[in-house]
Amino acid sequence: MSVMTPASDATPQHGATARRSGRYSVFAIVRQAMGLHAGWGRAWASPEPRRRYQVVVVGAGGHGLATAYYLGKNHGITDVAVIEKGWLGGGNTGRNTTIIRSNYLQDPSAAIYDKSLKLYETLSQDLNYNVMFSPRGLIMLAQTEHEMRGYRRTVHANHLQGVATRWIDAPELKRLVPIINIAGPRYPVLGGLYQERGGTARHDAVAWGYARACSDMGMHIIQNCEVTGIDTAGGRVRAVETGRGRIECDKLAIVVAGHSSALAGMAGFRLPIESVALQALVSEPIKPCLDVVVMANTVHGYLSQSDKGEMVIGGGTDGFNNYTQRGSWQHVEETVRALIETFPMLSRLKMLRQWGGIVDMTGDRSPILSATPVGNIFVNCGWGTGGFKAIPGSGWAMAELVARGTPGPLAAAFGMDRFAEGRFIDESVAAGVAH
Amino acid sequence: MLTLTCPYCGVAAEETELHPGGESHLKRFGPGSSDTDFEAYLFARKNPKGVHFERWRHLYGCGKWFLAARDTATLQVFGTYRAQTPTPPAEIVAAIQAARPHWQPDWDTSPPRNAEGDSAPGLGDDPAPNPTPARDSFA
Repeated sequence: MSVMTPASDATPQHGATARRSGRYSVFAIVRQAMGLHAGWGRAWASPEPRRRYQVVVVGAGGHGLATAYYLGKNHGITDVAVIEKGWLGGGNTGRNTTIIRSNYLQDPSAAIYDKSLKLYETLSQDLNYNVMFSPRGLIMLAQTEHEMRGYRRTVHANHLQGVATRWIDAPELKRLVPIINIAGPRYPVLGGLYQERGGTARHDAVAWGYARACSDMGMHIIQNCEVTGIDTAGGRVRAVETGRGRIECDKLAIVVAGHSSALAGMAGFRLPIESVALQALVSEPIKPCLDVVVMANTVHGYLSQSDKGEMVIGGGTDGFNNYTQRGSWQHVEETVRALIETFPMLSRLKMLRQWGGIVDMTGDRSPILSATPVGNIFVNCGWGTGGFKAIPGSGWAMAELVARGTPGPLAAAFGMDRFAEGRFIDESVAAGVAH
Repeated sequence: MLTLTCPYCGVAAEETELHPGGESHLKRFGPGSSDTDFEAYLFARKNPKGVHFERWRHLYGCGKWFLAARDTATLQVFGTYRAQTPTPPAEIVAAIQAARPHWQPDWDTSPPRNAEGDSAPGLGDDPAPNPTPARDSFA
C-alpha cells in the first residue's frame, strides 16, 4: 500500500520502442495544448557519467551523435556515452550554412555524400523530429569557361555514379534565381550545375533530433565534459580522463573536427589535419526572394535564404592555422564584395551576425574515417568545410567501423593509410572551394 | 587583422599582404627515406592549439619567405625571424616564455647554433618546397 506503481507505462525494455521523451505528433501537440504546453518532457536526459561504457564517442556534434545513433540502430550497441566539451551541437554543427548536396566527383565521395542525402530525405520521420530538410535545389554557378567545362564533366561523373544532376544554361538559371545578375562585368554567369535534390536543413535540429533518439535508446549524452587525457596501454585505449572523472571504455570514437589533432596527440599519434577558421554571416530577415541554394565558387561565396528570411552567406577559409571561432574581416569583405556583383540587391542589406568555426582540413580535402595506431580508437574527421551535409552518412559509416572494427564499403576508401599509399580522394578540384 | 613584421624589409605587413605557408622547421624527407618519414613530412602536422611556428611569404612586399611564432588560440604574435634558421632563435623563445611561462621548446636547445641565422650551410633562400597544398582561400 505504500508502494506507488506507475499507472500506465511499464519500464521500457532496452528502450526499444518506448520513447522516454514522448512521441511527437499532431495528437501530442493537441494533448499538450490542453495542459498549456507545460507537460512536454525533456528531449534528452542529462545523466551523471557511469564508470564504464562499451563505446565512448568524443564530440556531441552532428557526426558524433549520428555515430552513436547508428551504433544503436544498426548494430544494437546502446551502452554508449557521447561526451562533449561544450554544449551539444555548439561547434561546427551550429555554425555552418546548412547546405546539403551530393554532387561530388570521385566515386567514394559520391557514395558517402549521396548515402547521406538519402538519409536526410527521411531523417525527420526516422528520428520523429522535424529537421526541416528542404530539398529546394542547389546550383553551383559556372562563371568562367573552365568552370563550365569542369561542371559539365561533373554532371557526367554524377550520372555514372547515379547522382541526378544536370547542366542548366544562363536563361534557365535566371528563371530559377530571379535576383541573380547573369551579365556581371567581371564574372558573367554562364550556367550552372543543378542538383534538384540538394537543399538545406535546420542544423540545430539535426543535432537535437539525433540526441533525443540516442537518449531514448538509453545512451548517455554528457555535456560540459572536456576530455583532458587518454589512457592507453599496450596499443589499446583503457579510459578517457575528463573534467567529470575517468570514464573507461572498450572502444573510443574521436569525432571532434577542428580539435582532432589535440585528441590524437593525447592518444599518441598524429593526423594529417590542419585546423583553420571558416566563417559565415547572415543578413537581416527579408521577404522570400531566393528559393534555391546558390554556390559561386569562382568568386567564392555561397548563399541561401533561411526560413526566417535571413540571407545566409558563407565564404572562404582563413589560410593559416587558427583555433579562434571568429574569422577575419577581410574574408567577409572579399565574400560580400564578390557576391554583390552577382546579387546586386544584397548591397542594400544590413548584416546581422558573423561567426566562425574551426574546420579540419586534410591534404586531399576528403574526410578520414579510420582505425588508428591505437587498436580500439577510431577517428572521424577531416570533413573540412563541408561536414554538415555528410552527417547522416558519416555517422552510418563510422558506426559500422566502430562496431565491426573494420570499415564497411562507405568508409573503406577514407582510411588514413591513403596518405602513405598516395591513394588520395582529391576533392580539392571538384568540391574543395566552397561547400 | 593579423600583422607580422617582415624580418627582411622591416615592414609591418598586414595579413592581406602576406601568404601563409603552413608549419615551419619541417625536416625534408625525399627519395630514399622510409615511407613513414616521407608521409609524415608531407602530411602529418602538429596543428597545435597554442604556440605554432609557421612559414609566411611577404607576397606583396619583398616577396621573401620568413618564419613566425604565433599562438593559434589567441592570434598573439611572438615574433618573426629569417627562414634560414634551423630552430627558433633564443629571443623568440624568450618572447614566448614571457607570455606563456609554462611553455617549453620541443626541440633540442643544447647547441645554440645559428641563432642569427644568416648563413646556415646547406640552407639557401629556398629551404624546402612548399609542403602544404594550395589553400582554399586562395583558389
